[in-house]
Amino acid sequence: MDDLMTTYLRPLFWMLLGIGGILAVVLGGTAYLTYAERKVLGAIQLRKGPNVVGPFGLLQPMADGLKVMFKETIIPTQANVFLFIAAPVMTFLLALSAWAVIPFDAGLVLANINVGVLYVLAISSLGVYAIIIAGWASNSKYALLGGLRSAAQMVSYEVSIGLIIVTVLLQAGSLNLSEIVEAQKDGWYIFSLLLPMAVLFFASALAETNRSPFDLPEGESELVGGFNTEYSAMIFALFFLGEYANMILMSAMTTILFLGGWLPPWTALGFVPGFVWFALKIALCLFVFLWVRGTLPRYRYDQLMRIGWKFFLPLSLLWVVVVATVKMLAGGA
Amino acid sequence: MTEPVQVLVRDKDGKEGAPFTLNLGPQHPAAHGVLRLILEMDGEVVERADPHIGLLHRGTEKLIEHKTYTQALPYFDRLDYVAPMASEQCFSLAIEKLLGITPPERAQVIRVLFAEISRLLNHLLAVTTFALDLGAITPALWGFEEREKLMGFYERVSGARMHANYIRAGGVARDLPDGLLDDIEAFCTPFLKFLDDLETLLTNNRIFKQRTVDIGILTKEDAIAWGASGAMLRASGVAWDLRKSQPYDGYETYDFDIPVGTTGDCYARYLVRMAEMRQSVRIMRQAMVKMPTGRVMVDDFKVAMPEREALEKSMEALIHHFKLASEGYRVPRGATYTAIEAPKGEFGVYLVADGTNKPYRCKIRPPSFAHLQLLPLLAKDHMLADVVAIIGSLDIVFGEIDR
Repeated sequence: MDDLMTTYLRPLFWMLLGIGGILAVVLGGTAYLTYAERKVLGAIQLRKGPNVVGPFGLLQPMADGLKVMFKETIIPTQANVFLFIAAPVMTFLLALSAWAVIPFDAGLVLANINVGVLYVLAISSLGVYAIIIAGWASNSKYALLGGLRSAAQMVSYEVSIGLIIVTVLLQAGSLNLSEIVEAQKDGWYIFSLLLPMAVLFFASALAETNRSPFDLPEGESELVGGFNTEYSAMIFALFFLGEYANMILMSAMTTILFLGGWLPPWTALGFVPGFVWFALKIALCLFVFLWVRGTLPRYRYDQLMRIGWKFFLPLSLLWVVVVATVKMLAGGA
Repeated sequence: MTEPVQVLVRDKDGKEGAPFTLNLGPQHPAAHGVLRLILEMDGEVVERADPHIGLLHRGTEKLIEHKTYTQALPYFDRLDYVAPMASEQCFSLAIEKLLGITPPERAQVIRVLFAEISRLLNHLLAVTTFALDLGAITPALWGFEEREKLMGFYERVSGARMHANYIRAGGVARDLPDGLLDDIEAFCTPFLKFLDDLETLLTNNRIFKQRTVDIGILTKEDAIAWGASGAMLRASGVAWDLRKSQPYDGYETYDFDIPVGTTGDCYARYLVRMAEMRQSVRIMRQAMVKMPTGRVMVDDFKVAMPEREALEKSMEALIHHFKLASEGYRVPRGATYTAIEAPKGEFGVYLVADGTNKPYRCKIRPPSFAHLQLLPLLAKDHMLADVVAIIGSLDIVFGEIDR
């Protein structure tokens, strides 16, 4: 009995506690990312943003959450009900489950597995299915076109993301996210040969999360709402939260791969806990997400594909060769 | 992979590959009002675009036949509700031509001032919502801030932000309030700075150029043949502006240039509108400098209402007031086609008077109508996203298309 307690129940308890903690942090972050987006866009557009609900509008995400929960879920008569509801649930679950391997600080990670990078890639790739399913199950032409665009876009940009990650792996020599961060102790990868890859990775992240200027799947001026045209109330909110959780996830990946994860910018600042640096760096990336949205127009579908396949892919492929060559020459010397 | 995704659909007979028909609008964020567009597409490429109009039809022209000339004027505010005073000015000029009267000089200068303010109102909306259609959200909100100030000028001069009913036959409804000219002058310099800021967001933006250059090219010949006017025509390389070619309200005394594009694509139309805004500010400044003193309405009580104070002292004024308020003025028999350079292009009124106090016929020639018919021509073989860009660059308003 004692055995059961120590070998199974106690670790299980800690694991559940860890999952609960991550969920709380990620969902809280997601909720306040929507607030931050409205505030940042408001500042860019010379207006105030939410400022009525609570001090500085800080309770706005709660009000919005309550609103979507009490709204009526409208399911189109022609829709495939099971898939129509399954798609947003899937998006949301995938957006959360990728967080299992993200290290918040040295040793502060739910599952410190050796294939962390591959796990994140696999989970984020599955997100395409949810969007295709949503586009198809809605039985609406706008949603279908949005779903198709989104699928093509996410698949294309995953290829270059994969190659960009290969360059990081060559440098770090590990697929474990914690070890990739530790490998940057002597200098973050963004300040090295990998700088162009950091830029490409961030641009691909914009495309991967369907954000401006690559937000064509939901480009409201053409496709109304894209794949989520027919969605309303809580099932729409699941898509919405999933998209924002993905934004935070891609920012976290950028931070881990190029910005030195939880490492402080100067060792003198080492007394500040690592997770604070991690959160600050994520916030910086997220700000760029919002900044780009406030500044740039949207690409056209064919232009987006052209950039992905004719610019990002060759360049990242070239950089794999360059990094490998440099590594080999340095190692051989 | 650069090939567009092929959407295979079956038609009624089960044949594969029938065109994918997309019903864009009338409730669509990029429809600029109530445009309904039936798109026949091959994947994302538009093969045929078929605009459907009439969803905002209010029977304006017929209603005007049953209203006195004074009562008919407010309908013109509701045609191009983006630049209301431009349409008012055209109708007032038409009546004046039939009556054979000329408004006093001060009224003419005020008209020019507010015609150019209307042009700013229109072009601000046109350019920034065009950017919004391309996915750039910030210009629209910046632009609306400036429009707000301009609408403030409308309100101060007429009491209404949009439907001003200010430019009347024989002059303008009332004189400028104290201090308005100073405030308009104070608006001009920061506004030019605002235009520079707006251009930093758009003019040299790579994505913006990729989305607009060589999209929806309108050749010089097509532009003339299809009856394009205004910025649409000038962007195609035709230097044609009614303010220069047949000046009205004293436009010949102002010094301004006509911006002309060369390529006739969406980008050229954007550039022409931006340049026109700078010219408008130039005209506004000249108008404010030369603003003469004197009456703002013709000195003829058969057309113009007497002063409020006069009603208590003069029997004659009371009679005139009663006649004008109850049955309006009579316009001698005749017909005129009067056109002005409205912000969107040539806005014309064909007015037939039969000697009574109501128009016999009032045919309105809105520029947007002629521009909307260009859409199938311009949109063919472009992608869905380009159609949205082209609609934005046409600068159409359904108030005047459907009338």
